[in-house]
Parts: sequence; C-alpha cells; structure tokens
Amino acid sequence: MMERIRSFFRTFLLFELVKGLMLTGRYFLSPKLTVQFPEEKTPQSPRFRGLHALRRYPNGEERCIACKLCEAVCPALAITIESEKREDNTRRTTRYDIDLTKCIFCGFCEESCPVDSIVETRILEYHGERRGDLVYTKEMLLAIGDRYEEEIAQDRAEDAKYR
Amino acid sequence: MDFEKGAFYFFATILILAALRVITARNPVHAALSLVLSFFTAAALWLLLEAEFLAIALVLVYVGAVMVLFLFVVMMLDINLDRLREGYWDYLLPALVVAGVMVMEMAVILGGRYFNLSEMPKPSGADPGYSNTRELGGILYTDYVYAFEIAAVILLVAIVAAIALTLRKRKDNKYQAPSKQVSTRRADRVRLVSMPAEKRDPGEAS
Amino acid sequence: MEWLAEIIGAPAAATLWTLAKIVAIVIAVTLSVAYLTLAERKVIGYMQLRLGPNRVGPKGLLQPFADVLKLLVKEIIIPTGANKFLFISAPVLSLMPALAAWAVIPFTDGAVVSNIDAGLLYVLAITSMGVYGVIVAGWASNSKYAFLGAMRSAAQIVAYEIAMGFALVCVLMMSGSLNLSVIVDSQRTAYGLLGWNLLPLLPMFVVYFISAVAETNRAPFDVAEGESEIVAGFHVEYSGTAFAVFFLAEYANMILVSALAALMFLGGWLSPFPFLPDGFFWFAAKVAFLLFCFLWFRATFPRYRYDQIMRLGWKVFIPLTIVWLLLIGVLMRMSWWPW
Repeated sequence: MMERIRSFFRTFLLFELVKGLMLTGRYFLSPKLTVQFPEEKTPQSPRFRGLHALRRYPNGEERCIACKLCEAVCPALAITIESEKREDNTRRTTRYDIDLTKCIFCGFCEESCPVDSIVETRILEYHGERRGDLVYTKEMLLAIGDRYEEEIAQDRAEDAKYR
Repeated sequence: MDFEKGAFYFFATILILAALRVITARNPVHAALSLVLSFFTAAALWLLLEAEFLAIALVLVYVGAVMVLFLFVVMMLDINLDRLREGYWDYLLPALVVAGVMVMEMAVILGGRYFNLSEMPKPSGADPGYSNTRELGGILYTDYVYAFEIAAVILLVAIVAAIALTLRKRKDNKYQAPSKQVSTRRADRVRLVSMPAEKRDPGEAS
Repeated sequence: MEWLAEIIGAPAAATLWTLAKIVAIVIAVTLSVAYLTLAERKVIGYMQLRLGPNRVGPKGLLQPFADVLKLLVKEIIIPTGANKFLFISAPVLSLMPALAAWAVIPFTDGAVVSNIDAGLLYVLAITSMGVYGVIVAGWASNSKYAFLGAMRSAAQIVAYEIAMGFALVCVLMMSGSLNLSVIVDSQRTAYGLLGWNLLPLLPMFVVYFISAVAETNRAPFDVAEGESEIVAGFHVEYSGTAFAVFFLAEYANMILVSALAALMFLGGWLSPFPFLPDGFFWFAAKVAFLLFCFLWFRATFPRYRYDQIMRLGWKVFIPLTIVWLLLIGVLMRMSWWPW
C-alpha cells in the first residue's frame, strides 16, 4: 500500500523524468571529449594500419620478390601482381596494384610478406577525386615507401620484439 | 467600392467557388479540402460582420478539429469512384426538387420582412473597446443559461451514446496496460536468492 | 509614421506601417529559427559530450546559413503518383499558421501587431490549422510511410489540443480575458515571481508544456516522423526548399508555443523580481529557457510508444485538467485566493 502511494506521487511529480533531465544536465556542463581533428589528433599505435607502401633496401633495391603471398592472402582481392624475370635473372614485379576501394586494411599482406616489402603506414588522410584515383600502382607505393622510410623503419623496429 | 465591400466580394467569390468544388470534385479528399477552404472563407465573412468570436470558433472547431477527423476518415477509405458515380444523374430530379425547396425557403426568410436590411441593420462600427466575446459570454451565461446548459448536456449524451454504440470488446484483442507496466518493480519479476558460497574439496578430482 | 502619413496619406501609411511590422516579425522569427537549429545541435552535442558544429564561421555561428544555402540549391523531387498541387502547397499550409499566429503575440507592453480582444482564441484557431500541412503532405506524397506519419500526427494533435485548451482555460479564469496583453498585466503584482500564473497553475503549466511538445511533434512525442519506424514520417518524400519550409514551420511553432507559455504562465515581459525593471529582455529570456527545455527533452527522453501517447493525452491529461479547472473555479468562487 505504502509502495502504491509512493509510486503515485513519484508518477505525478515526474520524479523519474526529472532524474533523467538532471543526468543530461550534468553532462551538458561537464568537459567535452571532442578531438578537433585537423588541429588535434589522437595518438597512433606503431601498429597503425593505414595507407600501403612498398619498401626498398638501404642500397636502393626494391624488397619485393613477387612471391605473390600478399595477393593470395588478401581477403578482399585488392592486390594484383604481375611478374617476370629482370635482366639479372631475379624475379621482380612488373605490376603491383592495390585497389584501396576494395582494401579492408586487415594487414594480412604485411603479415604474409617474407621480406617486409609491403607495409601499412600511419597515413590516414588521403583521398581520390576521380574514379581510379584510389587504385595505387607500384610506382606510387614505392614513392610512399621512399618518402616515409624513416617512420616505417622506426615503427617496425618498435614492434619487432613482439613478432 | 470601399475596402469592406471589396473584401466581401473577394471572400464571397472564393466561398462559392470552393463550395462548388466540394460537390464537383471527383476525389473525396479534394472535396474535403475544399470544404475546409469554404469554412475558412465563411469565417472571414463573419469577421466582416464583426462576429469575431463566432468566426474564430468556426475555424477552431470546424477547421481545426472536425474537418481533421473528416479527412482522417476520407483518406482511410478506399473509395471506388466509378461505383460511386453510378446513377449520379438518376437522382437529378429529386435533387432539383430539394434544391428548389431550399432556395424558396431562403427567399422567404431573407427576402421577406424578418431579415431584410431595415429589420436587421448591418453592425454599426462599434468602438474599439467593445468586446464581442465578452458580450456573447454575458448573454450566454445569463439570459440563455438554461438553453446553453441543456445543449451541453444533450451533446454529452450524444457523445456517450456514440461511444456506447461503437464500443465492443474483441476477445482476440491484445492489450497492454501501460499503468501496470510502469508500476512493475524488480521484485515482481526477479527473486533474489541468497546462497552460501560453495567451496570445492581440494582432494576431489576435478 | 507621422511623416509617412503626410506624404502618402493616412490609410496607405497605416498599411505600410503594419506591413513593415509584419516583415520585421517574419525576419526575426526566421532568424530565430535559424539559430534555434544551431542551438539544438550545439545543446544536444554538449549533452552527448560533443561540441556540435563549430567550423562554419566563428564557433559555428554561420552554420545555419550554410544549411539554408544547401537546402535552397537542392532539387525538389516530386514523386511519381504524387498530387503535385497538394504536394507543393502542403509545406506552405504548415508554415502559414506558424507565422500568422505571431500577429497577436505581444513582445513587450504594447509592442504587438494587432491587439485584438480574442487574441488567445485566435492563436488557438490558427495553430489548430497547422495539422493540415502534415495531413496533406502525408496524403499527397503517395507513400505509405508519409501516410502513416500523417495519420499519427492528426490523431496526436487532435488529442493534445484538448488538454492544451483546458490548461489555457484555467489561465483565462485567472485573468478574465482572452487578450494576451491583459493576461500578462493580470500577473503583475508587487511580489514579482510569486504573482505569475506559474505558481497557482503549476500542474497546468506542466500539462501545457508537455502538450506543446506533443503538438509540435517534437521528441519524445515525434512518432509522426519517427525515424526508426517510418523513416521520416510525413516529410519523407520532401527535399530541398520544400523540406526547408517544413523545417522552418516546425521550429517556428516551437518558438510560438514557448512564447505563449511565457506570456500565459511566466508573466511575459514582467520582471521576476520587483526591484528589476520589466522589458522585452525578460520575455526573450523566458522564451529562450523554454526552448532550451525542448532541446533538453529531446536529448534526454526516448520516443514514446504510440498507444502510450494516446493514453497520456486522453486518459491522464484531460481528466487532470478538468479536475484542476474545477479546483480553480471553487477557489475563485470562495475567494480563498491569497492575492
């Protein structure tokens, strides 16, 4: 009986509604968590999986030996490789395309690579303005690798002890 | 032609056109919307007659409530227009007779000596402080209070009768009682049982 | 105004003067709507620990204009099988009452376009026509979602209009007039805040405000456009400018009912403390607070189930208002009123 009377008054005094309003009111005044993206950025792990890159050895020779493991493991079928023998009888790729519109950034290509050639970098702000802009060719991937080699090498070194 | 006359002819034209549209429109929703327009213009005409309370009440009650429900029903119905149009012209003769009688009656009243301009002069422009609403309320609750109350009671009876006639309980009707749902407490649904913690005997093989 | 009358004559000058006032109000309402949309996004963002839009202009202050520009340049798509005339006129039908009702709203003492005697009745009559925009839009779209939204909205608005009307009748009994300026003046006492209708009519204020939220189809009573059930309800087929007009009407209605609540229960432009001067500032502050409550509700409460809305309107609010009406009547008759 007492319970019924109490619940009656609670209903008509809108007790629960006011409680809800107080909660949102408290959040209204509390400090905000938004990160203002272009100016502020959240910290990235060295394992961050962003835009792909193809690496070279310090002497300038490209690492990729066209073993096609990455092509085989890619779950989204985003990688296309064609290869043939170079003059010095080593097997090299003539074509290495990654379709970034298909890619799901799982990192399997990086895991499967026996020579640490294909890697995923920390770059996440890239875009394409035309259809086809997001299909990255071998030259583009090598250029990314050349440009960010220092960062990539450092990230691999940091992560090496866990592999 | 002064402003008032111009406004009158303007509204009257719209009213007649809308009223014509009500009976000629093929689509019942269009007819209902035309009826809304004619109610609204009629209210405007009443405003010209300085009957602002009645005009606003007309808009409030008929346009704001009655016609909404009307439209509600008309929109829900799937009316077959061709079936409805069947035999439209067969009723022309009775309809003409009824219309003729109505025109005659209106002519007798409006053209006769009871409602002509000398008997019912047009409202002389009242002073700005004059409140139509207050006057109407005063008369309604003093001179005509019994008639008013009786009308109210009759309407109430009509409402109750209408609800009683249409109210039926279906057995397969699933119904939730929100007040019961709201008043449910945890204790009604969950039983918390206090149990002593059990310890596995270390010798026993797991 | 006098110098204008000398040039073009008194009647023309009066017409022009009224026209100028109307334009001023429409522009003010439109601007308020623009910034109300920004405030809504900001307030809800803040309650969700976000910042809300802050990129267009300083602190995002130009965001509404960017939105308007976007909506204006978009294409108006008219669905196949839609009734073109009604489809286009529906947004206008819903905007017209939201703007026309401002004719009788006094902003401060005497600052009103038309100080008519049955002002409150006029507002009720005009706002009750707003539902046609919704119904016509739902029917003319030739879409089942839009139609369902229109049906829900019609039933809901008719249900809550009654409770709202009864709550206002209590105010009428207290002040003895339908004129909004007189209603505000009747709340003027030596005690400031305590003289307002808010105190004796507190339950009616709550009923009125909740009904107002339901009347304007705002959360938590927004079943007419419940995104998760019927996509966007009655305006699902609308795009571009036509959608913008619906948007404008909804927010203009919010401001309107808040202004009415401020006039009727919170003493309009009267100052809450006797030692501070009255003025437009107080009216604006009260309306702003009530609008903030609208946004607050939206950020807090989940959407009502449809049958619960109907139950609340018919079975809770209407009996409650009638009981309070009787109570007020008895109190006034017995002169047990403290002031």
